[in-house]
Amino acid sequence: MGRALANPLDIYLRVEKLPTLWCPGCGIGIATQALLKAIDRRIREGFLRKDQIVFVGGIGCSSRVAMYVKFDSIRTAHGRAIPLATAIKIVKPDRRVIVVGGDGDIAGIGGNHLLHAIRRNMDLMVIVINNMIYAMTGGQHSPTTPPGIYTTTTPEGSFERPLNLIKLAWSLGANYVARGSVTHPQLLEQIFYKGLERRGFILIEVISTCPEVFGRHIGLRDAVELYRRLRDKMIVKKNPSIDESEYDWEKGFVLGVFVDREEKGYIDHLRLLRRDCMR
Amino acid sequence: MRVDYVNGNTAIAEGAITAGLRFYAGYPITPSSDIFEYLSRRLPEVGGYAIQLEDEIASINAVIGASWCCVKSMTATSGPGFSLMVEGLSIAVMTETPLVIAYVMRAGPATGVPTKTGQYDVLQAVYGFHGGLIIPVLAPSTPQEAYDLTIKAFNISEKLRTPVILLSDAVLANTFGRVVMRSAGEIEIIERKKPTKPPHLYKPYEAEEDLVPPMACIGDGYDIYVETLTHDERGVYAPTTHVQRKLMERLYKKIIERSEEIFEYRITRPSGSCDYMMISYGSTALSARVAVKELENESIRACLLTINTLYPINEKALRKLCEESSMVFVVENNLGLYYREIRGVIRDKPVISIPVIDLEIPDPNEIKRMVRKWVEH
Repeated sequence: MGRALANPLDIYLRVEKLPTLWCPGCGIGIATQALLKAIDRRIREGFLRKDQIVFVGGIGCSSRVAMYVKFDSIRTAHGRAIPLATAIKIVKPDRRVIVVGGDGDIAGIGGNHLLHAIRRNMDLMVIVINNMIYAMTGGQHSPTTPPGIYTTTTPEGSFERPLNLIKLAWSLGANYVARGSVTHPQLLEQIFYKGLERRGFILIEVISTCPEVFGRHIGLRDAVELYRRLRDKMIVKKNPSIDESEYDWEKGFVLGVFVDREEKGYIDHLRLLRRDCMR
Repeated sequence: MRVDYVNGNTAIAEGAITAGLRFYAGYPITPSSDIFEYLSRRLPEVGGYAIQLEDEIASINAVIGASWCCVKSMTATSGPGFSLMVEGLSIAVMTETPLVIAYVMRAGPATGVPTKTGQYDVLQAVYGFHGGLIIPVLAPSTPQEAYDLTIKAFNISEKLRTPVILLSDAVLANTFGRVVMRSAGEIEIIERKKPTKPPHLYKPYEAEEDLVPPMACIGDGYDIYVETLTHDERGVYAPTTHVQRKLMERLYKKIIERSEEIFEYRITRPSGSCDYMMISYGSTALSARVAVKELENESIRACLLTINTLYPINEKALRKLCEESSMVFVVENNLGLYYREIRGVIRDKPVISIPVIDLEIPDPNEIKRMVRKWVEH
């Protein structure tokens, strides 16, 4: 049977690879759609060309965004997307290089690469789809798992303090730091849309749902119920301060753009250096 | 053509530039660092980049990324750094990414003696990464060979879409010698094969007769997808025995079937007759050369076979070279690792390991002493 109705975003998808491996109720599809809509708007405005965009992914459910989108795209080992993307940006500075990964991929195993890329203000758009758990490998503890949560490697409940990615990116000097949520897709699209035209390091955290493992572990087996519960925890703020970025399952999560500044990115510095060398 | 007096590390760096290197990513580690330092100065002069990343894991991944932009790329490291790179190396094998790793061995294991030499990592270089495939390993023994084999390493990597390891050591890294350097027009420089089909007909992993698929890069308009999972010709993840078998066989064959072409060696015959064959590689071959010359004075007629291509071995050629000898000695600066490989090929005569565990240049007297012991038996 052929596909009866084509989605307008299909032009940005490797439709031969569909259906995705994401579970019913998973938030990654919503995040991907918001991202593709933002890209589509930028392309239609003439601000970006389709062939300018490069996706890089590591390993994990979220990293497979790079597998399903129809742009130049590369996947590498778990956690290693950022250094690979760094090289692409240096060699091809006119590309918009987008890294998509999960909390385990980017904040866990790839944490060292993340902090050095932020420190360099490397011109990358890094999207962390945060479902607060290692999902693909079966629900182990991640750096963003809220305290008290049962995971398969913390059977007594996690007691580790979770990582606040927003504060991390702010403290190391990223140019654009924002938090969105799959429970607020229009806001998420707007965050991506703005991020696509910024230079320097762009970190976008997307709070997402994983009903299959995270939800199951906290007794919210029903995807809709988990989605609703998560949505209730989101607080939208227009211009939130960095102190409002607190990462807290009990108090909720503030969404919005926490940092938006115009400092020179790595590529700007490299260009200046090259110009001086050529003289 | 120009002639310079340089050490092994500089020869590697210059050879890489001649071969077309334009992107280097690395992390400092003795005794490979001066390749990096030299390239940091030289690469911008030719429009290239040399960047320092947070670790070796980042470096190898950056090299993969740059290579997928169709830019010739390399990194250099030593034992502990290479251990971190093997994850990325496996990705490069699977995704058929051309790249070169200059692996300058030091004395190990662990952090060993960073400033001293050894050949302890010979097996790690080829068997270290997961997945059980094979990658070409070239080993120079003089600065001139370092220059020439670096160019060869790039050529093989581009032609066969494979990572290639250039295995050097601390002695060679710091040994100065006269090196004849060529310009790109004077020697063959191989560029990777690009697709001729339009994007909608192009299958990224569809190999041609040479078992190598043409490579579309980022920005070529092919919406490339680089897949690290087991994939079919379209690049679609396919976890089936059929696809796994087909892919593994092709990746293996594209290298192993080229062993004749890749295999390189040099033979030294002080007295013309090879009653005994001494096999060595890297800087240890320099000591072995002294040993065979001096053994001639004692009427022990030995030849030296300096193997420059450690993997894949051209087994037929190796057997032929050892044909007239009654005994084969494998001299190396480790506990006898490569000896096992030779013993697997030469099975009709005694193959004897001569391990020289010296932190300095292996002593020719020690080699001679051990040869005498066996010959007089």
